[in-house]
Amino acid sequence: MRRLPDFDFDVAIVGAGDVGCAIARELARFELRVALIEAEPDVGAGTSKANTAILHTGFDAKPGTLEARLVARGHDLLLAYADEVGIPLERTGALLVAWTDEEVERLPAIADNARRNGYERVRPVGRDELMEREPQLAPEAREALEVPDEHIVCPFTPALAFATQAVLAGVELRRSERVVGLERGDVWTVRTSRDALRARWLVNAAGLWSDELHRLAGHDGFAITPRRGELLVFDKLSRPLVAHVILPVPTATTKGVLVAPTVFGNILLGPTAVDIDRKDDTSSTAEGLAYLRDRGRRIVPALLDHEVTAVYAGLRAATEHADYQVGVDGESGYAWAGGIRSTGLTASLALAEHVRDELERAGLPLRERAGGLPAVGMPPIGEAMLRPHADPERIGRDPAYGRVVCFCERATRGEIRDALKSPVPPVDLDGLRRRTRVLMGRCQGFYCRAEVGALLGDDG
Amino acid sequence: MAEAVDVAVVGGGPAGLTAAAALRARGAGRVVVVEREPQAGGIPRHAQHQGFGVRDLRRMLTGPRYAERLAQRAVASGAELRIETQATGWSDSGDLELTGPRGREQLPARAIVLATGCRERPRSARLVPGSRPDGVFTTSTLQQLVYLHGERPGRRAVIVGAELVSFSALVTLAHAGAEAVAMVTEAPRHATFGAVRAAAALRFRTPLLTRTTIAAIRGRRRVEAVELSDGRRLDCDLVVFTGDWIPDHELAVLGGIELDHRTRGPAVDASLRTSRPGLFAAGNVLHGAEPADVAALSGRQVCAAVLAHLRGERWPRRLPILPEPPLDWIVPNAIAPHRPGHGRLLVRAHAELALPVVEVVQAGGVLWRGRVPHLGPGRSARVPARWAEAVDSDGGPIIVRVLRGRTGA
Repeated sequence: MRRLPDFDFDVAIVGAGDVGCAIARELARFELRVALIEAEPDVGAGTSKANTAILHTGFDAKPGTLEARLVARGHDLLLAYADEVGIPLERTGALLVAWTDEEVERLPAIADNARRNGYERVRPVGRDELMEREPQLAPEAREALEVPDEHIVCPFTPALAFATQAVLAGVELRRSERVVGLERGDVWTVRTSRDALRARWLVNAAGLWSDELHRLAGHDGFAITPRRGELLVFDKLSRPLVAHVILPVPTATTKGVLVAPTVFGNILLGPTAVDIDRKDDTSSTAEGLAYLRDRGRRIVPALLDHEVTAVYAGLRAATEHADYQVGVDGESGYAWAGGIRSTGLTASLALAEHVRDELERAGLPLRERAGGLPAVGMPPIGEAMLRPHADPERIGRDPAYGRVVCFCERATRGEIRDALKSPVPPVDLDGLRRRTRVLMGRCQGFYCRAEVGALLGDDG
Repeated sequence: MAEAVDVAVVGGGPAGLTAAAALRARGAGRVVVVEREPQAGGIPRHAQHQGFGVRDLRRMLTGPRYAERLAQRAVASGAELRIETQATGWSDSGDLELTGPRGREQLPARAIVLATGCRERPRSARLVPGSRPDGVFTTSTLQQLVYLHGERPGRRAVIVGAELVSFSALVTLAHAGAEAVAMVTEAPRHATFGAVRAAAALRFRTPLLTRTTIAAIRGRRRVEAVELSDGRRLDCDLVVFTGDWIPDHELAVLGGIELDHRTRGPAVDASLRTSRPGLFAAGNVLHGAEPADVAALSGRQVCAAVLAHLRGERWPRRLPILPEPPLDWIVPNAIAPHRPGHGRLLVRAHAELALPVVEVVQAGGVLWRGRVPHLGPGRSARVPARWAEAVDSDGGPIIVRVLRGRTGA
């Protein structure tokens, strides 16, 4: 007679942000039973959703760190993956602009730092070329470094793509389920707000709460201090003002405020960087918004004449350490990936590989599943992509793609229907927004909020 | 390529529907109205109270009845109404690009009237800090939720703004069984008709907090409170941002036509011609919200120049009309010398002025001087345009200014 296993899962991953979803997807390649547990109602709904949506090269990372290595590798992996599954991404490149004598003097050291990180493509740009390529920059702009591989990427689709692929490969995604307790016997017992599940291995990808989970798992060594970043998103009509990501010269304390196009066709200004106490306080502040407007006016003055479409704030999971906190304890079957800051989206696929290797080294047997990961194709919500509303063939096949519901963002009834029927469907308006762009536009729901709410309810 | 229609009207609200019906009645030929909503009628569709149609239809109707009436008249006139069809931009050849259930197409037209209306500035555009909970709406969203979807969006509301539409929000909240705990305005007083304010004060007893702003919105998933600039905290589960209208000018901008930076709408002459030959604009896209019947009359006003254009009349050169503070804007914001058009000018000021004297000047010479009954935020005053005949085509811009404490010459 076959003995019932004394566990439900081989691996339980706590936290379905960019990092947790990427790990789930990576482990889904193997013959493992994997659970992905998320406290929020959706994947990517914690700190992942409020990132600055930059695909970093890691040129400015601290050489020799794990972060520097994983960001560089993650950049290439995500670039290829975006192409494979249809994640909105635009190859804009970045210009790191110096505004003062002192900043000009620091450019060579920044270029040198990039080379020490193995990134060779940084190039000095003189003032004439700079103003030719970015004519809307304030006239005080002096010189720049070009970072040709620093791009813009959709902040939402990566986590959704990872989770979708993971779920299709058999990973059990459990949303709105907060971990409230951990016990280690022969296996882990993970107590959640709804259930208790047993897993042989536990992976901590709990973002802002990774330090608390770390302690629950019997470990110590890092503490998260949330660092709030406020961001302003300007009206699409401002999009022609800027062609590249405009980076500031970083200081000892902060990477500074950038101006960047978004893959949805807006311009983003931010972030601020303020350490705060509460891990759930994603409020914007009058001071933060005033500061950003002041900075923005000094970078691209014309930007401030445009309407603001959205204001949001995200919390970086900063720790007392200068590097990611990643490790495995083979004895208790526990791995952690904490202190992943704003570079986490870029590094996510490399982090997943790294955690996979660490788990294997610590004794998790990895046998590849036949057939590999299922292919997925994510909805084309990028402004540079052929959107359904502008695709005559698609509308011809199904008129629902010709029925625009969100007029500002041109999101159609067909896309809303598809999102609601997808393997990882949204459960609230915010989730539907991240999948289809509804309610993301300049009117913020003036025209369609009631209708979209009804569509969500009808199908929910 | 489809054969060009005579007139394409973008937007099936009061201005667009009225323009279409009037153009048909005056022999404009094939007129197509493009409306992105499933029903034509525009904002009045979900403003379920009386007060519509007085100036244009000489009737007193509710918003939905008024919207229906205008749509019926347009259809009866022979205009083609394409609902659920959005004009998303312009083709390289300058035609409208449309998306609708029947597909993606271009709509070549000999004349185009933009009647895309306006919307209320949402919370984000007003840079109101705090958390981002559910329960923060504009009046339009509130009214759609309540009147079109039968929802009860909350129990205790704070209304931001005190213009005419803010009182419309007050009525909607009452209909939905919600209490309006306060009406908050930065201004020193409300900006609507005294009678409206008085009636609202009697019926709803909602306190009007003047010279006050929302310092922050609080709440995690759902609104829990607002903090006011005076330090007070009001518990509520709903915040309604009203008024503060902005023209829906996306197509105008994408079309590369000149905008008036004061109204943020297309710059038009007194016959509502934009800077691009063959392209006209009418209704609230020109300046933000005026009452629906005023927008409708603008739809009627545009007809003469559209018909003249269809007859082959040359697109005229124009001079700008520039308002001076405390005037915020003036529409029309340009004048075509020798072809002044007709109708009146709308002016809006940011300061309250009773019986001010307004002066229209070109190159130092006074073209017109006279009293208007009232100037102030939230509602417009009308200035006659009979001086337009006297404009000198080589005389430079026309200045409109307010003379306080002086009597007319």
